[in-house]
Amino acid sequence: MTARPRAARGITREAEGPRPFRVEPGRIGLYLFLAVAAAFFILPLYVMLATSFKSLDEVRLAQIFALPHTLDISAWIAAWTSDCEPGQCFGISAGFWNSVKITVPSTAISVLLGAFVGYILSFWRPKGADTLFAIIVLAGFIPLQVFVYPVVRAFAWLNLYGTLSGIVLVHVIFSLPLTVLLFRNYYAAIPHDLFQAARIDGAGFLRIFWSLMLPMTGPMLVVAGILQFTGIWNDFLLGLVFAGRENLPMTVQLNNTVNVTFGEVRYNVNMAATLLTAAVPLAAYFVSGRWFVRGITAGAVKG
Amino acid sequence: MKTSPRNGPPRFRHWPAALALSPVWAIALLLFVGTAGYTVYLSFTASRMMPVNEFVGFEHYIKLFGTRRWNTSLANMGILCVTYVLGCLVLGFLLAAALDRKVRFENTLRTIFLYPQAVSFVVTGLVWQWLMNPGLGIQAAVQGWGWESFTFDWTQHRGTAIYAVAIAGLWQGAGLTMILLLAGLRGIDHSLWQAARVEGIPLWRTYVSVILPELTPAIATAATLLFMGIVRTYDLIVAMTNGGPGSATELPAKFIMDNLFDRMNIGAATAGASVMLISVMAVIVPVLYIRALRKGGRKPV
Repeated sequence: MTARPRAARGITREAEGPRPFRVEPGRIGLYLFLAVAAAFFILPLYVMLATSFKSLDEVRLAQIFALPHTLDISAWIAAWTSDCEPGQCFGISAGFWNSVKITVPSTAISVLLGAFVGYILSFWRPKGADTLFAIIVLAGFIPLQVFVYPVVRAFAWLNLYGTLSGIVLVHVIFSLPLTVLLFRNYYAAIPHDLFQAARIDGAGFLRIFWSLMLPMTGPMLVVAGILQFTGIWNDFLLGLVFAGRENLPMTVQLNNTVNVTFGEVRYNVNMAATLLTAAVPLAAYFVSGRWFVRGITAGAVKG
Repeated sequence: MKTSPRNGPPRFRHWPAALALSPVWAIALLLFVGTAGYTVYLSFTASRMMPVNEFVGFEHYIKLFGTRRWNTSLANMGILCVTYVLGCLVLGFLLAAALDRKVRFENTLRTIFLYPQAVSFVVTGLVWQWLMNPGLGIQAAVQGWGWESFTFDWTQHRGTAIYAVAIAGLWQGAGLTMILLLAGLRGIDHSLWQAARVEGIPLWRTYVSVILPELTPAIATAATLLFMGIVRTYDLIVAMTNGGPGSATELPAKFIMDNLFDRMNIGAATAGASVMLISVMAVIVPVLYIRALRKGGRKPV
């Protein structure tokens, strides 16, 4: 009997826990608990979806659990094109494109840089490499509030403050601890003899990275890429401080739009805008499930 | 001939690697160590609107701990440490233990429990703000079903608002705890379960006396992560309550940001940030050190 092949695809090997019992009250209680828990986790997503398809009159009935009478997509259109922040109306689409412009280069650069630095720290280990690694890892645990003000001053001095390149650079810098850690640990598992063999064959510093190590890094590039992409997309603090008026990412624009409203609150539009903001990382999560899980556990179990 | 991995060729052959690493050194020393140092330095100066070099000693720290808003934010951090961290650990453990009992739809359920981890704190904050809006959210809906006296308006009152934040945090954070503990559960030796069964130990006793002690490292990792999460919590508060009502849901991370960029009180902000830096180091340095020791022989990282 090929019982449940899906379990084998899980994060680890299949559980070797206790034998499943026959149908007993305990099993029913178990499933009841799981069902209630699932409801708790799904509820907010369901409420957002349902409300975003309702008309404003229907929203005012205050029955958040009820399904919409009709599928009214006008709230979605309004959220995308004409949602208003105090002073101007351009829809959440402006923030969406800003987030794309920030997230794509930041992710690409930070992942490649992390791989490169991880490679150096793992294989070449120049003098002081361990000290450098310790500083970087430690910095990763320290909240941004400790760094942010002096960095603002430095960026202002360099004319980078409030620019697109500035916010990308900030993301790359503050991603270093995570990416370096991920790749250094990944490379630590690759036999050092392979590196030595390449050196004996005469391959140089860059060639070993490009032609030997990077091609072997596929899985970690995907894991780190997804982790960085969702992390940078979901960032609020750095975008708020460094992006500048012209480049505000979607999360910041969403908060401005929703929390600073004058006149009547259009809940259906707000929920559509919130869903649009959550859509990209959620899509990354649902499509890449296993890789995403690998990323957050690898990022969590540091060192 | 085999060279020992860690010795390799002489150091001077490494100059391309050392050269490539020099910008990273610059970032680490200037942007990590340097900025943190400058923050600590500023906390001892008379800086308010703009940084100045006039030295005032511990004045900002003394003032800081006399500021109601700061003390509230510290107290709130304590409350979240109990409610949110403990809540995530308990719920995360229950979910992990349940999923580990060979249930159907395990992958689907895991996906459901973990998806909040993929959304922004801003999204989480806004959703729960709406759900807890007494006029439109859960309260209004349940009252509409006929339970007229039902109230769920925690975000509206000073005494309860921080617990509303804890619930929103629990919604987002329990999944990660579950994944970490599930990985721990799957790593437990099969023979432990068998031994417990052969001995006729009841299931709940097996969990409490055998399984939980085995999970200690995973629980410690999760607890550290959750605590770090609280120290950083800023966007969730901004989106959900903006610190209110009054200053009932202020947290240190938000206090510092407000003082840096809105209230123009650099002295107070950098003093707060320095307190934060010291507290985080006090937790993380021993954790990293113990972990390095446990790996045995390797240099601490």
